[in-house]
Amino acid sequence: MERYVFKTTLFYMAVVLIVIVAVYPFYYAILTSFETGTAIFNPNVLPEAFSLANYQAVLSKGAFIRSVGNSLLIAGVTVAFALLMAVTASYALARVRFRGRGLLLMTILAVSMFPQIAVLSGLYELVNLFGLYNSPFALILSYTIFTLPFTVWVLTTFMRDLPVEIEEAAIVDGATPWVIITRVFLPLLWPAMVTTGLLAFIGAWNEFLFALTFTISETQRTVPVAIALLSGASQQEIPWGTIMAASVLVTVPLIVLVLIFQRKIVAGLTAGGVKG
Amino acid sequence: MARIELKNVRKSYGAVEVIKGIDLDIRKGEFMVFVGPSGCGKSTLLRLISGLEEITDGDLLFDNERVNNVVPSKRGIAMVFQSYALYPHMKVYDNMAFGMQLSKSNPKEIEARVRKAAEMLQIDHLLDRLPKQLSGGQRQRVAIGRAIVRDPRVFLFDEPLSNLDAALRVDTRLEIARLNHDMEDVTMIYVTHDQVEAMTLADRICVLRDGKVEQVGTPAELYESPNSVFVAGFIGSPKMNFLKGSFAAAFDCTTLGIRPEHISVVDEARGIWRGKVIHGENLGSDYFLFVEIGAEAPLVVRRDGKEGLPVGAEIALAPEIPNLHRFGPDDRPV
Ligand SMILES: Nc1ncnc2c1ncn2[C@@H]1O[C@H](COP(=O)(O)OP(=O)(O)O)[C@@H](O)[C@H]1O
Ligand SMILES: [Mg+2]
Repeated sequence: MERYVFKTTLFYMAVVLIVIVAVYPFYYAILTSFETGTAIFNPNVLPEAFSLANYQAVLSKGAFIRSVGNSLLIAGVTVAFALLMAVTASYALARVRFRGRGLLLMTILAVSMFPQIAVLSGLYELVNLFGLYNSPFALILSYTIFTLPFTVWVLTTFMRDLPVEIEEAAIVDGATPWVIITRVFLPLLWPAMVTTGLLAFIGAWNEFLFALTFTISETQRTVPVAIALLSGASQQEIPWGTIMAASVLVTVPLIVLVLIFQRKIVAGLTAGGVKG
Repeated sequence: MARIELKNVRKSYGAVEVIKGIDLDIRKGEFMVFVGPSGCGKSTLLRLISGLEEITDGDLLFDNERVNNVVPSKRGIAMVFQSYALYPHMKVYDNMAFGMQLSKSNPKEIEARVRKAAEMLQIDHLLDRLPKQLSGGQRQRVAIGRAIVRDPRVFLFDEPLSNLDAALRVDTRLEIARLNHDMEDVTMIYVTHDQVEAMTLADRICVLRDGKVEQVGTPAELYESPNSVFVAGFIGSPKMNFLKGSFAAAFDCTTLGIRPEHISVVDEARGIWRGKVIHGENLGSDYFLFVEIGAEAPLVVRRDGKEGLPVGAEIALAPEIPNLHRFGPDDRPV
């Protein structure tokens, strides 16, 4: 009994420690976003001041609102593109027997292992070649390229676990591959699509390097770049308060999204193990 | 409604030949059962007929028309799978209507056909449910209903009962038999590894072994005159007794087969084999004696349920001579 209490206590202490370490930076950002002036540079653990001035400052900047719009558009289109291509590709990879299928899957996985910086210059050439520099499509293209391998892999694994006989029943019923994908498999793939779609969205939403490299004008910036380039009253001043407020503003929608879909995400990540 | 002919049909996966040249003529409106041990190619053969699997060589004809290259949905077939294969996200009604919806049929006609099939199978009260809200037996009925709605020329069943428990299996078997009577014109092909299902349902049985046809015939024909040791041993439960060596030599053959019901316990004087009862199984109506007569395996003898004998009893046995099956060294009858 004593042993049990001891173990449980230890367990919860570990949990609390992990939660604190994980959550503290965000907590600190939120705290800071409500502070102004010199209070910002005063390290504190409990809320000391409450002012919405930083939020007002961010939201009154037209360029920042525009960046949020850019990010929404780019992340949204990236997810739509990636899912469309990944679902069709994973059907082929999971269900159509063809030569070199295993090799193709490994190549797709290998592509996703390159660090961003390694492909940056190549991608830059590509973007220039297509005349996409400083347009949202430059980012949509590069994010799709980087998201697809993961999306394809997850969906392929998932699609493989769908019973073959269901597909065959649909074939006997006269379904074409497109009908099988859209009317038989899609409804079953929902959890996996939500999971991968959300991860792709978060990836595109938070991406910095490409966004910085492929855009030049203020109107084409995405949120992470816009936040990093927020300027204060003078050259020397870094406007921490506004940066924190902006960060909180763009993170909250993600958290809400994740909370809404969290049950689906868990279902998506663990599905395949059990057949319904 | 179709006559189906297979002419030297073969199927290979890579270098491995699974179906090794099958000639078979399935008559219009016939209930044909493919039976054989697991892995002999029954499912593959059925899938070749359905078009889900491509034929490597040979001809497949539906009503004298070659259909090797016709897609499954255009062959006029309907298939019932072992795992039901219902669309999990569709209600029962939509499961049954899906095929007709895809072929853009008139919605009124779809509704009429679905309702009629549902009534036939007594699942009309389940039309608004999802498959996961149904029991195994109900799911299999829906799968059969989906096949009926397609109004096929040929029904294909791949071990449709093997996921059901024993009692349900008997009920559903009856259901399928009834369906076969109600739909006289429709050809049915049914795959099973269970010889009882084969015997009870079939007009004719095709016994497959290792990708080849071993024998085709009515259940009675296969039971009474099997043309190989394999068929003799496969059809009938409990199995036919096989005697070799001197027991067989006494009847001028290599392998002597005799079914349990064709052996009787007789007086010492008329006995042909003598031995000791080592085990008894009382099934109520039947009583099976296991008698050790010095052969490789004990001889199984069927008696009436009330005529059991105590274990250890020394008895004499005699076969009914007309019902002996004598096989030569090539395992064929002599
Ligand atoms: N897609 C496939 N690729 C390779 N071999 C297969 C394939 N499908 C079936 N086989 C082989 O064909 C043989 C017959 O299989 P099957 O028709 O399923 O047997 P049954 O239904 O009689 O149990 C088996 O040995 C199986 O391993
Ligand atoms: Mg099989």
